[in-house]
Amino acid sequence: MTDTSRDAAISAPRRKRAPAWQRALHSPMFYPLLGFIAVFILMALLNDRFLDINNLENVARQGTVIGIIAVGMSFAIFTGGIDLSVGPVMALSGTIMAGLMVGGWPAPIAIAAGICVGALLGAFNGFCVAFGRMPPIIVTLAMMGAAHGLALIYTGGYPISGLPSWFSWFGRGNVLGLDAPVLIMLLVYAVAYIVLHHTAFGRYVYAVGGNEEATRLTGIRVPRTKMLVYAISGLTAAISGLVITSRLMSGQPSIGIGFELDAIAAVVLGGASIAGGRGVIVGTLVGAMLLAILNNGLNLMGVSSYLQDVIKGGIILLAVYIGRGREA
Amino acid sequence: MAAVLSLENVSKGFPGVKALDDVSLGVEAGEIHALLGENGAGKSTLMKILCGIYQPDAGTIRLDGEARAFSSYRDACAAGIGIVFQEFSLVPWLSVVDNIFLGREPRNRVGLIRRSRMLAEASELFERLGIDIDPEISVYRLSVADQQFVEIAKALSLNARVLVLDEPTAPLTPTEVERLFAIMRRLRENGVAMVFISHHLEEIFQICDRITVLRDGGFVANCAVSETDHDALVEMMVGRRVENIFPPRGPRDKNAPVLLEAEIGMKKTAHTDSLKLAQGEILGFAGLVGSGRSEMGMALIGAYPTRVARIRLDGREMRFSSPADALAAGIGLLPEDRKSQGLILPFSCSDNITLNHLAQFYHRSTPFISRHKESRQVDSVMDQVRVKAPSNATPVRSLSGGNQQKVVIARWLERGCRILIFDEPTRGIDVGAKSEIYMLMKRLAAQGIAIIMISSELPEITGVCDRVLVFSHGRIVAELADDDIDSETIMRHAVSEPRHDDADAREPAAEEVR
Repeated sequence: MTDTSRDAAISAPRRKRAPAWQRALHSPMFYPLLGFIAVFILMALLNDRFLDINNLENVARQGTVIGIIAVGMSFAIFTGGIDLSVGPVMALSGTIMAGLMVGGWPAPIAIAAGICVGALLGAFNGFCVAFGRMPPIIVTLAMMGAAHGLALIYTGGYPISGLPSWFSWFGRGNVLGLDAPVLIMLLVYAVAYIVLHHTAFGRYVYAVGGNEEATRLTGIRVPRTKMLVYAISGLTAAISGLVITSRLMSGQPSIGIGFELDAIAAVVLGGASIAGGRGVIVGTLVGAMLLAILNNGLNLMGVSSYLQDVIKGGIILLAVYIGRGREA
Repeated sequence: MAAVLSLENVSKGFPGVKALDDVSLGVEAGEIHALLGENGAGKSTLMKILCGIYQPDAGTIRLDGEARAFSSYRDACAAGIGIVFQEFSLVPWLSVVDNIFLGREPRNRVGLIRRSRMLAEASELFERLGIDIDPEISVYRLSVADQQFVEIAKALSLNARVLVLDEPTAPLTPTEVERLFAIMRRLRENGVAMVFISHHLEEIFQICDRITVLRDGGFVANCAVSETDHDALVEMMVGRRVENIFPPRGPRDKNAPVLLEAEIGMKKTAHTDSLKLAQGEILGFAGLVGSGRSEMGMALIGAYPTRVARIRLDGREMRFSSPADALAAGIGLLPEDRKSQGLILPFSCSDNITLNHLAQFYHRSTPFISRHKESRQVDSVMDQVRVKAPSNATPVRSLSGGNQQKVVIARWLERGCRILIFDEPTRGIDVGAKSEIYMLMKRLAAQGIAIIMISSELPEITGVCDRVLVFSHGRIVAELADDDIDSETIMRHAVSEPRHDDADAREPAAEEVR
C-alpha cells in the first residue's frame, strides 16, 4: 500500500526541472557560497583595504597551497576516508625537488621526481587502506609522522636554498595577468572536476563513500578505487609542494604542519559530508577561498593569530551545524 | 491457572503493512510457550510489543490480570519482563558481572560501585540457573552458549517473571541446546513464564507446553503441544497458497545446457555442497533465515570467504576473488538488504542504475561519460521495470521500498548478465510490485538468463521456481523439481537436522552431481 500512496504523491506530473530558485536552494553549493559571500561582505565592511585589487590577488595566492591540497583531501573525504599526511608529504616532495635541483639534476626531472614521491607515498597510504584494510585515519597519521621524519633526514633539518631563480615562477610568476600559482590551482580543480563528474572512476569515488558494501557487491573494484584516491591526494600534496617551495625559494622540511586541518576545513566548508558520498569539488574551492579571505581579513584587522584560530574553529563548527540536517 | 502475561486482541500497523491483526497470546507461570510462524508472520513485532519497544495500535497487555502499557523497553524490564534477543546485547570487553549489572550497578554512599555485592548476586543467580561461569571473566572469552546463559542471567537479575527467548537455539550446537533446555526446565520449576521462538519443530516438541501460531500477522491457532503433531504445525504455519500473482508456468527446456557448476565449501565447515544451474532456469534457494542460503549466493560471486570454491562457467574453470570478477564473467547478485547492500542512498536513481555499466555511456572512444546518453537509456529501463519516480534524477532515498528494489533490478538488466542471483527480491514489497518482479524474472529466464532466487517466502519459491534447493544448518539438504515443489515438503526439509537422516539421504545425490 505504501508504494501506491507514496508514488501517487511523487509521480504526479513527470516534471523535468524544479524552478531555478529551488534548484539553487537545494544545490550543494548554496551554503558554501552563502558563507563565502557573507564573510566577503563582512571583511569588506570591516576593512577598507580588503577590496584593494592587490590584496585580493594576495588572498588568492595565499589560498592556493591549501586550495590544491584540499583537492586530494576532497577525494579522500568523498570516499568516506581522510588523509592526515598531506602537510608533511607536501614538505617532503618540495624538499626533494629543491635538493635534486641544487644537487645539479635537470629541473624538470627534479620536479617530476618530487611529484612522483608524493604520489607514491599517497599510493602507499592507499595500499594500506584498501588492501591492508586499515583505517585511513591511522594509516595517514603514521604517514604524517614518517614523511616529516623523512623530510628532516633528507635535509638534515636545514632548509635547502640556492634554487635557480626562474624556479620562482611556480610560486610568484604571472601569466596573462593571472598569478601562476592561482592558474595551477584552477587547472588542478578543472582536472578534478572532469575526473569526478565525467569519468566512471569519479562516480565510483562517490559510490564508495555513499555505500562501500553496496558498491563492492555491485561489482566495482573498491580497493583499486581507494588506492587511486590516496595516490591522488599524495599527488596534489606534491603539486602544492612545488608551489610553496617556489614561493619560498627554499625546500623547508618542517613546513606544512597543521595544513591537513585547514584542508579538511576547506572540504567541510565546501559542503561535503565527512561521512562520504556527498560533496562537490567546486565547493572545496569556495571553502578554501573562504578560509583565505578569513585569514587575510583578520590579519588586516590586526587580530592576533591566536584569536584567529579560535574564530576559524567557530566558523567550521557553524558550517557543520548548518550542513548537518541535509542528509534526508 | 491464570496467565501471568496476556496480550488481548493486539494489532499493530506500519505504514503500508498490517504487521499484527487482532492477535492474542497468554503465558502462564511455569509454562514454556512456543511462538511459531514463517518469516514475516509477525513474531518479532509481537515480541517487541511485549517488551515495550513498540506500542500496539489496539488491544491490551495484561500483567497478572492488570492492564499495563509499556512505554519503553526499560519500562517492561522494570515490570518483570526479560528478553534474550537473537543478537546479543553484551559488551564483549567487560566482565560477565559488569555486563549483568550494566547501567544499574549497586553503589555505596560515595557513589562507588559495590563490586563484592555484584559478585555475590551474580553467583547466586548462576547457582539458581545451574550454570558454572566465572563472573569475572571477559564476555568475549565465553562460548556463544555461555554468552547466551549470561544474557538469560542478566534478564533474570531484574526478577523477571516472564522471559522471552528469540531463537535462542539458532547459534547453538546440539549439546549446548540440551544445556539451554536444562536451564529452561529449571526456570519452569521456579514458576517463570517463558515465550520460546524457534523454527526447529523438534525443539518445540521437546521443551514446550503450549503453542501459538501466527501467519501473515494474524492469529492462527493456540493449542497444547500434546494435541498436535509436526505435520499439523507445518500446515498451520504455511497455510493457504497465494494464488494468481505468479506468472503461468510455461514449458521448460529440460535439456537446456548447463551454464554453471559450483562446488562450495564455506570456511570453518568440513562439508562441500554442489549445485548446477542451467540456461534459462529459475533455481530457488529455500530454507530458514540463517540456513546458509544467502552465504551460498554470496560465495558464488566471490563475496563470502570459502574454503573450497570450484566454479565452472560453460565448463570453464573460474576464480572469483571479488564480485567484480564475477561481474566480469557475467554473474550478478541483487543482495538481500537493499538499503545496506544494494543502493547508494545519496545517489539519484540514474546514478544507482548505471553504476556497474558506465562504460556503455562513454563519448565515442573517450573515457568520459555522456550524461545525455546515460539519461536516455536510464529513462527507457526505468519505464521497462516501471520505477515510479518524478525523474531519473530523483534521489533513491525518497522512493518507496518497492521502487527502490526496482532500481536495483534495473541496474542489472542493462548490465547484460548471464546469471542473476536475486536474494529476497520481494521483501517489503506489495503484492502488485511482487507480481511484476516475478514476470520480469520469467521474461529474463525466457531470454536464456539463468536465475537463482533466494527467498524465505515459500509461496514465491513454489510459484516461480523450476527447481529448488533446500538449505538447513548451512547445507543443501534436498533438491526438488517441478511437481515435487510444494510448501510442506520444503518446510519439512528446512526444519530438519542435516546431521541425522537427511544429510545421509542427500549424500548420494551430491555424488551424482559431481
